[in-house]
Amino acid sequence: MKKQIAFSEIAGNSNGYWALLLFFGALIGAALGATWHMEHEGHWVTGMSNQIVWGVPHVFAVFLIVAASGALNVASISSVFEVQDYKALAPLSALLSLALLTGGLAVLVLDLGRPDRLIVAMTSYNFKSIFAWNIYLYTGFFGVVGIYTWVMMDPRFVHFKKVAGSFAMMWRLLLTTGTGSIFGFLVARQAYDAAIMAPMFIIMSFAYGLAIYLLVIMAVYNGANRPLGDYVVCRMRNLLKVFVGAVLYFTLVQHLTNLYATEHHGVELFILLEGGPYTVLFWVGHIFLGGLLPLAILFHPMARTRAWTAIAASLIVLGGLCQVYVIIIGGQAYPLVLFPGMEVQSSFYDGEIYRYLNSLPELVLGIGGFALVAAIIMVAIKVLPFLPESLEDRHVDPEHSAKKEAREAGEKAGASA
Amino acid sequence: MTSKKTGMDTDAARRRFLGGAAALTTLSLAPGVTLIASAEAKEAHDATSTKMRWGMLIDARKCDSECTLCVDACRDEMGWGTPADRKPRPKTDAQWIRKVHVTDPKTTHTFSLPVMCQHCESPTCVDVCPTGASFKRVDGVVLVDKHICIGCRYCMMACPYKARSFVHEDISNQKPHAPRGKGTVEACTLCVHRVDRGGIPACVERCATAGRKAMLFGDLNDPESEIAKAVAEFATKQIRADLGLNPGIRYQGI
Amino acid sequence: MRRSFGFFAILAVLATVVLGTPSTAADAEGRVPMPDLWRGKGEKCLEPATDMRRYHMNYLKHQRNDTLYKGIRGTKYSLKECIECHAVPVPGKKGERSVEHFCDQCHTYAAVWIDCFQCHASKLHEEGGASK
Repeated sequence: MKKQIAFSEIAGNSNGYWALLLFFGALIGAALGATWHMEHEGHWVTGMSNQIVWGVPHVFAVFLIVAASGALNVASISSVFEVQDYKALAPLSALLSLALLTGGLAVLVLDLGRPDRLIVAMTSYNFKSIFAWNIYLYTGFFGVVGIYTWVMMDPRFVHFKKVAGSFAMMWRLLLTTGTGSIFGFLVARQAYDAAIMAPMFIIMSFAYGLAIYLLVIMAVYNGANRPLGDYVVCRMRNLLKVFVGAVLYFTLVQHLTNLYATEHHGVELFILLEGGPYTVLFWVGHIFLGGLLPLAILFHPMARTRAWTAIAASLIVLGGLCQVYVIIIGGQAYPLVLFPGMEVQSSFYDGEIYRYLNSLPELVLGIGGFALVAAIIMVAIKVLPFLPESLEDRHVDPEHSAKKEAREAGEKAGASA
Repeated sequence: MTSKKTGMDTDAARRRFLGGAAALTTLSLAPGVTLIASAEAKEAHDATSTKMRWGMLIDARKCDSECTLCVDACRDEMGWGTPADRKPRPKTDAQWIRKVHVTDPKTTHTFSLPVMCQHCESPTCVDVCPTGASFKRVDGVVLVDKHICIGCRYCMMACPYKARSFVHEDISNQKPHAPRGKGTVEACTLCVHRVDRGGIPACVERCATAGRKAMLFGDLNDPESEIAKAVAEFATKQIRADLGLNPGIRYQGI
Repeated sequence: MRRSFGFFAILAVLATVVLGTPSTAADAEGRVPMPDLWRGKGEKCLEPATDMRRYHMNYLKHQRNDTLYKGIRGTKYSLKECIECHAVPVPGKKGERSVEHFCDQCHTYAAVWIDCFQCHASKLHEEGGASK
């Protein structure tokens, strides 16, 4: 017998709820203030320059946009691959992906030199530009996932769920391909210009998106005082292991490919050994904190608890930010090669490693993106029934929990004997 | 690597074939037209045409490493230097043209050359620009339509020559022929405001007036032009020719 | 339905009358205060004042695209020429003449924001000729 999952809005009237919403609102306000400052003064007040043209706002924006695509994983698994356990988790997954994309795009757009001309980006297109395609992919994502969410939550359209879910899954794969290609298509720069960027961004999106999803669901169920079973969390742990491993694998392949070609030795030496902060961020931030350590936690039999899962997921988010930072800013810090094999020098920093130190407004803008994601989710779960009333094991997977109960009963019996 | 190379060869072969076909057609249909149409004959009121391909030939052997006349001329003409009322901010101040000093570490051979927008035939900045603000005029000059530039800086990520600058602050006292404004991207315009009236770029002019004559400007498509004759006769190079972008700026002695 | 149609028809007629009326300083005595415009140099503008008022942005845009994309220079509706005639004294700044102030007179009045002069020079340049 199949049990209907009961979804409902959260009450959202506690002091804690309003205080938290106010806190995120303040962060968003600060980000808008930072934007105003940067746009009013011009970008010279940021750490960005004619050498490092994309800075910390882009790190946050790209991270959030990539994670947005991955956050849809859970919903895809439920609707496309018809895994029953994930059904209850799907609406929040879709909501999270919409919120993450909104946050990422907001940061990206607010950093433009002329954000007042955003309308131009909607009316004037160059279709050879992957950026122009992305504008369609991003806006289309809102439409596609929006419809998918509706179909999921409205019992009248239950028959369209698989179709809508499949379409949304294809769309988000395209979206991340587009985002990865922003860098993959840059023939001029040593650190980019690699076809592997697109698939690597897809696998990055899986890891970041799922990690954020885990953090959000734990935070939300904790905050709303709704029961969340270990089974749900642990199932996603297994998936997360695969994704984090895959990110490490793609990173390995990316660097090995580059290391094979002598012309790329310079940039590889820079990122892997001599790049100062970028080297530290790569090895310590991305590889150790964001890869090996969470893998160890996820595989360790003693760490099969919710707290450890949350720690692992947080590390993956941190490592992801480091990874995107190294890709975007580390990739630009290595100078353009005008004359291969030659030493060059000029008044415009030719041949020098470019220095970048982000300013406070940039960082505030980036954090504002995260705050916007949080605020959207808080408001959305208050006004629409995104969350199942209970994610206790017996509600999600009665069969599994029955087995577990039997096992525990057996253990108890054994212990008492 | 190999596939890239083959692709380029095929492309070049196709271009040669099409070019040959076009030349044959022109020869057989209108022998008079190409002779009459001299590139230098553009009046201010005329529209520019595909017949022309503006280019420059820079002789690095005549380019003194200490000399910055071309850079100064460009700054005076276009007004992009550090404004008089504040200190320089070298990381964010625009540089439309700069002198690059090159040393071969294996042989210690050195040379110096000015680098600016290379006005590519297949400009990467134009490819990546989302709004089409980066564009190439039919005569090969690559420009930014600042009316639709949103300041995303993707073109700066894409340019192999670091030729573009982003305007990081409010600008005042612009030159009437060189509008510049905060939040948009800018670069060498090949002095189209002069060229459209039959003139030559300010840098070339200053270099010649000073008696150095390291820079030559003209129409690469006009076989009678000085520059076309020079590039036909001497070995010239393009920076990062391996990218296959076919820049309109060529160099000798690099 | 019918009544609302009639209402909109009257509104449309009114709008045509109000917007179509030349808004010179002479109208300042009417019910709606009108901006007091500086006049440009010379006898008359390139087109009749009513046309200029309504279509100047089209003329400028057309000209700008011709110049930028096709390299056509020195034609009739160039912004430089506008500045030549319409640079007017800036209140509070002695000796300074700027076209921006001229434009602002109407644009502030009509609440239409323009950003032309964030990039374009709005002042008369020495080489541009007579600056008083």
